[in-house]
Amino acid sequence: MRKVIIALLLIAGVVMMAGAGGLKENIVTTDLEKTEITYFTFSAAPDHLDHLNEMIAIFEEENKDITIKVETAGWDDYFNKLQVNIAGKLAPDVFELNYENFVTYASKGALYNMDTLAADDSSFSADIYYPRSYGSFSYKNTQYGLPETFSTVVLFYNEDLFDQAGVGYPEESWTWEDAIGAAKQIRDEDKDIWGLFSDIQFWEFYKKIAQNGGSVFDGAGNVVIDSPENIEALQNMLDIQNKYNIMPTDAQMGGVSDGDLFMSGKLGMLVSGIWMFGAFSEADFDWNIEVEPGMSKKATHFFANALVISSSTDKADAAWKWAKFFTSSNESAKMRIRTGWELPTISDPDAVSAYLTAGNPENRQAVFNSLKYSIVPPVIERQNELQDGIGLLLQKAELGTLTAVEALSQAAELLEDLK
Amino acid sequence: MVGESNIKKALWVSFFIFPSFAGLIIFTIIPILSSFSLTFFQWDLITPLEFVGFANFSRLFSDSLFRDALGHTLSFIGGYIPLVMISGLLTAVLMNSRIRAKGFFRTAFFIPVISSWIAVALLWTWMFNPKFGLVNYLLSLLKINGPAWLYDPSWAMTAIIITSVWKDTGFVMMLFLAGLQDIPLNLMEASSIDGAAKIRQFFSLTLPLLSPTTFFVLVISLINSFQVFDQVWAMTEGGPAGSTSVLVEQIYKNAFRYNNMGYASTISLILFLFILLITLFQILGQKKWVYYE
Repeated sequence: MRKVIIALLLIAGVVMMAGAGGLKENIVTTDLEKTEITYFTFSAAPDHLDHLNEMIAIFEEENKDITIKVETAGWDDYFNKLQVNIAGKLAPDVFELNYENFVTYASKGALYNMDTLAADDSSFSADIYYPRSYGSFSYKNTQYGLPETFSTVVLFYNEDLFDQAGVGYPEESWTWEDAIGAAKQIRDEDKDIWGLFSDIQFWEFYKKIAQNGGSVFDGAGNVVIDSPENIEALQNMLDIQNKYNIMPTDAQMGGVSDGDLFMSGKLGMLVSGIWMFGAFSEADFDWNIEVEPGMSKKATHFFANALVISSSTDKADAAWKWAKFFTSSNESAKMRIRTGWELPTISDPDAVSAYLTAGNPENRQAVFNSLKYSIVPPVIERQNELQDGIGLLLQKAELGTLTAVEALSQAAELLEDLK
Repeated sequence: MVGESNIKKALWVSFFIFPSFAGLIIFTIIPILSSFSLTFFQWDLITPLEFVGFANFSRLFSDSLFRDALGHTLSFIGGYIPLVMISGLLTAVLMNSRIRAKGFFRTAFFIPVISSWIAVALLWTWMFNPKFGLVNYLLSLLKINGPAWLYDPSWAMTAIIITSVWKDTGFVMMLFLAGLQDIPLNLMEASSIDGAAKIRQFFSLTLPLLSPTTFFVLVISLINSFQVFDQVWAMTEGGPAGSTSVLVEQIYKNAFRYNNMGYASTISLILFLFILLITLFQILGQKKWVYYE
């Protein structure tokens, strides 16, 4: 009998604790008449959490009836967590999306139509954003996101290695032929110095074919990935590594990253993103940047992130205010320039001039010059399958198990399936 | 609870096992059943479930990535199982003989087993490094020009098999060691008196008497190696050029990269059926070669 009593007491205790928990929550929500919105981000943690909190403090000061609850995840886990939260009806009110994933979420109806929110807000004007960035986040003529930041890819070069080889520095008008010529002179097998590194992967591929006038899909959405221009562009990518060997293979790299190879002073030119500025600022040689070389024309990367609102939120007005503030306010833009947290997408001349004079590299104008030629990747609903599938075929071409022609004709078959 | 009726006893027992049983139902049984039923649906976690009948199953037949992954999993098993069993048995026999510092060696062989796969994978990624790695350095001493291992599609799986064998040898050794110590000494003595040589003793006595252990090791190693994933993901992520992609990796990618829960569940079901059938086959086949005393 005693055991029964103890068991009953235990159960009663558990019930009481559960009840108390529920009660406490009630008090919190009824006492303060604040709207709490959740903001889910991949770009803040771990380096920029303080800067984000700084912005939230300013925002909450201006909007006393709104509080922001931040949730973070690293890039690798972000989309898993987001999907599971949406499936579990726990979608964050506001969250970040990159351009490539944007279409997937917009097409599935997971995003809030911002046109109505913008129309109701007399203080909002889309002109504050770069038109290019703003336009990227519209799907079927409806705006679903406010552009937050952008970045691009440029040609980094080691001035010391150019001087040693007696070659002139890269210029904006360079083609790949010029770059390959310079790289051949810089390449020094005895000293293990390489001329050029431009990775063979999906992101470089869609850009290089655009530089040769090609594309993955034509205007009508037909698969044209196996066109002669594209085969030529891919062959050029492969030749840099396998024919001229001015670029190391993966085995020759032996697990060293392209950024580390550049930092070690053993690489003449590197095609990489402006997010490397911070890491390269510690280099013990002189380096600078220039717009990436082209083929028959120029094409450069354009990577953008946006803030979007969940279609299931019941706090759209508060969510809109935060999205607008964080993407376009003066405070936010200045903070980004000051802290190097990517580039704000607003067309404010003051912010731009502060960026141009912020230090190494000297030729920061090349970042903005690159935008003149910027293109965006081909995007379909089954985006990750497209990226992985093409990436796999490019690897096979790189390793020589497929020729350029075979790789692209298999890619065409794959895309017919996926699109 | 002496003297209480059986019904009361049963009630108490249920009361005490309820918490863990509830956990089993909620976190294991229900997910397994729902994942089986998901094989008939298309679901991306965002939009509602869509019934597709047997479409996920028919897709298996045309999916070259699945076919490749199945092939790579089988070639992993083909290399890994014999090697790990032989090296485990050999070390067990050595550890069971009269050698010095037995305790030290037994511990040394067991350390890889309790190390995390990520640590082991990082270690061996450097060992196999074509430029700075120890493996190719040792080969160069023998005047052999080593392959690029993890960067070479025709060698990457071999490197993964070697790493896995290295890590699991200690575990298999432990099981065989226990089996060896169960073999009655008097049988060995009797055969020695009858004039049997050591080698003959090993093949005619030790191996048959060890067969229950061998059976057990074979069954669990096969189950584990069908689910090979950690080492592949940490060492090659399925590369180079997809040459080490395996079944569990396909499940992971379809579920969490391609948002295709239905198809991922279908591959899981196929994997489950493979393991179930092979294990059943082994249990039925054991009559032919496993001797219980």
